[in-house]
Amino acid sequence: MSNQTPYRTRRPLLRFSLPVAVLLFCCSALLAAQENAECLACHNDKSLTGSKKGKPIHVFVDEQKFGGSSHAKLACIDCHTDVAGKELPHNEELAPVDCGTCHAEEQALHAKSLHGKAIARGDVLAPHCKECHGTHEIYSAKDSRSSVSPLKVPYTCGKCHQEGSPVQKQRTIHQDNIIENFSESIHGEGLLRKGLVVAPNCATCHTAHSILPHTDPASSIARKNIAKTCTKCHAEIELVHRKVIKGELWEKQAHSLPACIDCHQPHKIRKVFYDQGMADRDCLRCHENKDIKAKNDGRSLFVNVDDLNHSRHAKTACSQCHSEVNASRVRACETIQHKVDCASCHAEVGQQYQKSTHGMLLAKGDANAPNCKECHGTHRVLGKADQTSSTFATNVPALCARCHREGKKAAVRYTGDQHEIIEHYTESIHGKGLMKSGLTVTAMCTNCHTAHSVLPRSDEASSVNPKNLPQTCGKCHNGIEQQFEKSIHSKLVNNTDKPLPVCNDCHSAHTIRRADENVFKLDIMTKCGRCHEEISKTYFDTYHGKVSQLGYTKTAKCYDCHGAHDILPVTDPRSHLSHENVVGTCQKCHSGANRKFAGYLTHATHHDPKKYPILFWVFWGMTGLLIGTFTVGGIHTLLWLPRALKMKRDKKNKSRVPEEEPSGEEDPEESHEDKP
Amino acid sequence: MEPAAEQNNAKQYQRFTRLNRLLHVVMIVCFLSLASTGMTLKFAYTSWAVFLSHLFGGFESAGYIHRVAAATMIILFITHITDLVRRKRREYGTWRAMLTGPDSMVFNKKDLQDLLGNFKWFIGKGPRPDYGRWTYWEKFDYFAVFWGMMVIGSTGLMLWFPVFFTLFFPGWLINVATIIHSDEALLATGFIFTVHFFNTHFRPEKFPMDLVVFTGRMTLEEFKEDKPLEYEALVNAGELEKHMVDPYPEIVVRVIRIFGWTALAIGTSMVILIIYAMVFAYQ
Repeated sequence: MSNQTPYRTRRPLLRFSLPVAVLLFCCSALLAAQENAECLACHNDKSLTGSKKGKPIHVFVDEQKFGGSSHAKLACIDCHTDVAGKELPHNEELAPVDCGTCHAEEQALHAKSLHGKAIARGDVLAPHCKECHGTHEIYSAKDSRSSVSPLKVPYTCGKCHQEGSPVQKQRTIHQDNIIENFSESIHGEGLLRKGLVVAPNCATCHTAHSILPHTDPASSIARKNIAKTCTKCHAEIELVHRKVIKGELWEKQAHSLPACIDCHQPHKIRKVFYDQGMADRDCLRCHENKDIKAKNDGRSLFVNVDDLNHSRHAKTACSQCHSEVNASRVRACETIQHKVDCASCHAEVGQQYQKSTHGMLLAKGDANAPNCKECHGTHRVLGKADQTSSTFATNVPALCARCHREGKKAAVRYTGDQHEIIEHYTESIHGKGLMKSGLTVTAMCTNCHTAHSVLPRSDEASSVNPKNLPQTCGKCHNGIEQQFEKSIHSKLVNNTDKPLPVCNDCHSAHTIRRADENVFKLDIMTKCGRCHEEISKTYFDTYHGKVSQLGYTKTAKCYDCHGAHDILPVTDPRSHLSHENVVGTCQKCHSGANRKFAGYLTHATHHDPKKYPILFWVFWGMTGLLIGTFTVGGIHTLLWLPRALKMKRDKKNKSRVPEEEPSGEEDPEESHEDKP
Repeated sequence: MEPAAEQNNAKQYQRFTRLNRLLHVVMIVCFLSLASTGMTLKFAYTSWAVFLSHLFGGFESAGYIHRVAAATMIILFITHITDLVRRKRREYGTWRAMLTGPDSMVFNKKDLQDLLGNFKWFIGKGPRPDYGRWTYWEKFDYFAVFWGMMVIGSTGLMLWFPVFFTLFFPGWLINVATIIHSDEALLATGFIFTVHFFNTHFRPEKFPMDLVVFTGRMTLEEFKEDKPLEYEALVNAGELEKHMVDPYPEIVVRVIRIFGWTALAIGTSMVILIIYAMVFAYQ
């Protein structure tokens, strides 16, 4: 109803253009163009709407795009045949366009296909021609603008065949994640990432119009046809699959032989998805033998199948790792030149490893350098989540210890200051948490040093470089890291040139203790004192310092007043010792402390007359008193002693009484006293 | 000499009252406790201080001992003053009579003469002065304790109750109190364990120790020699017999001697530790 109005308003324009059209009709030999112009007179209005089965639809036709399409030379009425010869404006409800008028063959195929049958069933989700090819903007499949050009096909099919679409949800589709899997497959990678238009798209295997289920013998993906379909591109694949298919047998005995998709699953065609198939059995024919040895160095070449089958690589074929095999040889392995390169699959890890100390040593040809298998093993590669894996958290210290224990090959060439690393780690809070408490989340070697980017501390890229250490520890101790990074010790806050402390400067690297252990609490003062030398010395002149020195922790230590990770200069209002906070800080221990109490000089020394004149003079006053008293007392005593001795001698000489007992007791003492 | 006196079973002169002797014993116990616990803090940087501190059961328990001993000492001081007041009332009537009499502890002109006379005797230029009931060095020891009680006691209270004292005084006064308390204590211990020990125990005529302060008794012979003026005064007044008492039995003397030896040993070793700390380990 509403579309009546635009028609009426167009009438004057129509009346005006009609004589022009008639004129053009007379002048031109091209009947089609004439008629198309007639249609476009209305249909180039973007707001023009018509109706289809009672529902309003847009009936705008982009003249330019149509002009560039494959159908540019056709007249509108060639397709919209029911408009031909009708008076304009024509009836709004038009019959569907029948592409089969021209494309009879394709239409026939389509009619027989899954899609066509669905249309016949009246399935509203079934695609017609225009669903894939579009309407007025149809281009050749070779034209990159076409929705059926190789690069666009996955998107066009994906409109219906992606997860979450009505087709995928409501119809029985036996494959899932089709588009995702395809885009990750080697075909998808070639097509979508590398832009190789020759790489297969959906239609290459499924055909464009005769899409049929694989259960249909006529289907391009039917078991018996699959080889033919794949060999459209993989023309001489039989040569490589010699043993599997024995050449022509593949096609002749399609039911008894494996089809391509038995190994190369549909939509997931990629080497990592190979099933362990016959090729492995070929290898194992020799390598299952326990006595098999290498010709050159006599090392065992036995492969424990059980190990392999329980490993992470259970589904990986031998040839994927031992990649230089040549399947066309009887001994496929005789063409192998290089050792297994794990990085061909584990590319990212491989790059990390190459930049690590381990990797760089290996590159230099160092005999001590550990390669992948040194830590991960060979055929029995287990994930780090497997308890029996050498890379399982609780096993890692022992793994690293193989080289890093004192006396072992890595430890003997190490020149840094960390010794008995393994022993210290085991005794540390992390080691105890891991080994004794069995907390697999506890930090072990690789948590701090990383697994594959192991670098010495001096390297700026190292996870344990002072620059990166707070973040490394902060991976677990996140709250602490946040506090620390706001503190004066953080390089984010402090712009000094002097070295700033990071986690290990106070907590050590491998001997990390619980912060509530007495040893740690007492040791922290010498740790602070390494940089804050003067201030820590004066601390030991006070009661707090002396009690600490005696080995007791129940007194204020550096961090009790200054804070630990949130340490800030006393001038900072956020500091625990700022004017606002200091009384509260004292009150933590001295309940009832007031502002005057906080005036206690916690770092006072009586040796500094400028800073603490009163203390200085009190001390020297007391010392003067002390020296004076002892001088007088000392002189008095020293003068007295010889005279007293003489007096005693005189008395003894005078008396000469026969009382031997008491004098005998004193005689040796006396003569002893006489000597000086 | 005591064994001889005991053999004779002769009566002895009683120099100190039971209370005085008790006070001195308590004072020794308190003083040694205070000194040894306090020194652990003062010389916290030495290994012996760490050892002692652990021996006392930790700094808190050492502090507890220190405070109990200090409180006892204050009670002791008050007891002594009360005793003085009582004796003044009973024996002298007025303070003047008590403080200026011949048995007074207060320094007088004779003490100055005795001091000079003694120095002359030291250098062989005169006879040994005749002393009365109290020699000048005994008076000095006595007042040293008075002075020490005031200085160490008051500063000690400040350190004991810093929160209370900083209601009235600035915080830095606690630092000052620490210095005074610590250095005055060093002076007191140093003086007692060297000069006092020599003056009363280690000087040759008393060596190795004078038990009079524990027994309260001394032989008449010794009395005559040590305090001739007092002896003469008593003889002249005919009151000597009043002061003569029976000696203690052997077992009591032995217990007293063990106590005395212990105190002397502790004191002397403490001096050695202090010297070690100040000379060899000073930080």
